[in-house]
Amino acid sequence: MAPMLEIKNLHATVDGKEVLKGINLAINPGEVHAVMGPNGSGKSTLSYVLAGRNGYDVTQGSIIFNGADLTAMEPEIRAREGIFLAFQYPVEIPGVAGTTFLKTAYNAIRKHRGEKELDAMQFLKLVRAKQADLNMTDDMVRRPVNVGFSGGEKKRYEMLQMAMLEPALAILDETDSGLDIDALKTVADGINALRSPDRAMLMITHYQRLLDYVVPDFVHVLAGGKIVRSGDKSLALDLEKEGYAVLGTEAA
Amino acid sequence: MADVSETETINQATTERYKYGFVTDIESDTAPKGLDESTIRFISAKKDEPEWLLEWRLKAFRMWQALDEEEPTWAKVSYPKIDFQDSYYYSAPKEKPLLESLDDVDPKLLETYTKLGIPLQEQKMLAGVAVDAVFDSVSVATTFKEELSKHGVIFCPISEAVQKHPELVKKYLGSVVPTADNFYATLNSAVFTDGSFVYIPEGVRCPMELSTYFRINAAETGQFERTLIIADKGSYVSYLEGCTAPMRDEHQLHAAVVELIALDDAEIKYSTVQNWYPGDENGKGGIYNFVTKRGACRGKNSKISWTQVETGSAITWKYPSCILQGDNSVGEFYSIAITNNYQQADTGTKMIHMGKNTKSRIISKGISAGHADSTYRGLVKVMPGATGARNFTQCDSLLIGDQCGAHTVPYIEVRNKTAQVEHEATTSKISDEQLLYCRQRGLSEEDATTLIVNGFCRQVLQELPMEFAVEAQKLVGISLEGSVG
Ligand SMILES: Nc1ncnc2c1ncn2[C@@H]1O[C@H](COP(=O)(O)OP(=O)(O)OP(=O)(O)O)[C@@H](O)[C@H]1O
Ligand SMILES: [Mg+2]
Repeated sequence: MAPMLEIKNLHATVDGKEVLKGINLAINPGEVHAVMGPNGSGKSTLSYVLAGRNGYDVTQGSIIFNGADLTAMEPEIRAREGIFLAFQYPVEIPGVAGTTFLKTAYNAIRKHRGEKELDAMQFLKLVRAKQADLNMTDDMVRRPVNVGFSGGEKKRYEMLQMAMLEPALAILDETDSGLDIDALKTVADGINALRSPDRAMLMITHYQRLLDYVVPDFVHVLAGGKIVRSGDKSLALDLEKEGYAVLGTEAA
Repeated sequence: MADVSETETINQATTERYKYGFVTDIESDTAPKGLDESTIRFISAKKDEPEWLLEWRLKAFRMWQALDEEEPTWAKVSYPKIDFQDSYYYSAPKEKPLLESLDDVDPKLLETYTKLGIPLQEQKMLAGVAVDAVFDSVSVATTFKEELSKHGVIFCPISEAVQKHPELVKKYLGSVVPTADNFYATLNSAVFTDGSFVYIPEGVRCPMELSTYFRINAAETGQFERTLIIADKGSYVSYLEGCTAPMRDEHQLHAAVVELIALDDAEIKYSTVQNWYPGDENGKGGIYNFVTKRGACRGKNSKISWTQVETGSAITWKYPSCILQGDNSVGEFYSIAITNNYQQADTGTKMIHMGKNTKSRIISKGISAGHADSTYRGLVKVMPGATGARNFTQCDSLLIGDQCGAHTVPYIEVRNKTAQVEHEATTSKISDEQLLYCRQRGLSEEDATTLIVNGFCRQVLQELPMEFAVEAQKLVGISLEGSVG
């Protein structure tokens, strides 16, 4: 079976500066991959390249998603095809109610999948159920998108969107950062609930504590724009104990 | 990500966006082209007006002549000089219906309004909204008149009010916007053709929304409507106007005057969704919208609230204002002005504080895209007697692309030391991060822009009556089509 996502020799520049320098990575349906690595190593850049952000240009290599060339697709088409990015720093959209935003996104994606749009009542019922799982209040969901949210609230709102949009490939960029201990557990439960044989996840994190809850199938270390080490969950434990120094000069 | 079809899509978007651009083929009764005393007499005779009104018009006309076609030039808009002799000042569908019954309205007109989304047959109408339909120079239908008259509410074309309620018209016409007020108000006073008249009796809360729908149809014809709304003591009314025009290559002039009077404890809420033809993507054609709107809070504790969504017109020149005469009276101005392509808008408000403890609030949202230029121009004036006056002003501009402009010109004149005047202004752009965030959730770039702009306008949109807020939100999207990509 062909992988869901296949990244080959990926080089990418950000505003002209080369940040990704030859990434190879294959992700199969059902797998959870963790990506770790020092600050500035290119983890968020990888997630933006996958999402199709303006100014993040692929200069070499390829990204194949479900058999198609991902780089040829506009960001919204990638999203509708099932790629979801939980942002490291979710942006505020003043004046746009969270529920309106969610409903617009939900229906855009449903439409693309040939599913029928939900009416307001059905939609609200669904949101209510999912927000309860994430311990979110009505108020938090209705407020303008991310405006005045605490760091942890923003991350939970990202998870609510993921739960609603049911992506094929979820990329979580430091979703665990800024969460208190209880929220971490709640979010991890949310992620685990979405694990399924036809869904894959790419989790960017700095900490073992998330991986205690969401146990990855593979762990990769990104350093200097390349994957310098791959292994199973034990690799993360080694890193936790010894730091990136264990990787030697490559990671510098 | 440019592809071959991009320009095509944009062209399509810009030509499709104005779906009200059709012309109704109907026989009209028209005054000869040009403007002199005989034109005024023609209009007045057509409407069978009393002598006092003809005199009133002629006086205005002589005043206007003395201005020697010197239009005001202080606004930040530019256009070639208008030839006032090269236009028609009166055009009316020939078979003028008896306004008593909708059954008598020319089916072609009914069809026109249905196409515009304003069905005039009462059974098909939005429940709870009465409509006065003004087609070129005349009112062609007013709905729910009977229902309203049960409450003593008068809602009719101003030409009818002149016949049936001359004492009210005589007392209030020109009492808020005097004939000599400005070039276009003077012109309007001379040649005004139709418009709506509203009187809400003492203590009555008008049981439905009142609305006027203005339609320009005839070519080379100016529309000069006059609206007069009087809310007697302790009454309340919410009024909405909408406007559209055919797509034509030449510019057409629309110079209206609107006067509002609120007596003790009365409240008038006046909302506008202005969607005159804006011209094409190269700036050809479109309406010149030069309008004087003013409300007088004459009584104590009275309130006048203007809400406007300005999306159309080639040029908009408009400053709905409040004169806060009564103690504790309140004036509000909520505005969204969207300009795209080569549109120009110079709009804002004037809040004149005269009474004690008067309050005003100004929320202005300007959105510019394409090569458009938009200016907020506002005056807050506190007179010596206005002890305890307070004003809050917030002007936000949003730019889409880098070829458009936004300007804020606030004038503040305070002559009473106890007054508190606050002014906040911001200019922003839709950020790449916001666009990416929305697109990452499956929204197209245009839908993302519309959503973000609607969010930016929320404070104003929520002031609109519910029935129209949804319509206005859609209009925001339509007006911005072709501005991204
Ligand atoms: N617009 C830009 N112009 C130039 N360099 C940039 C730009 N954006 C990011 N970079 C650089 O690219 C490198 C990778 O950044 P990236 O955000 O991908 O790191 P990261 O691995 O996610 O780090 P962190 O763990 O701190 O989130 C950094 O050195 C950063 O400074
Ligand atoms: Mg990062």
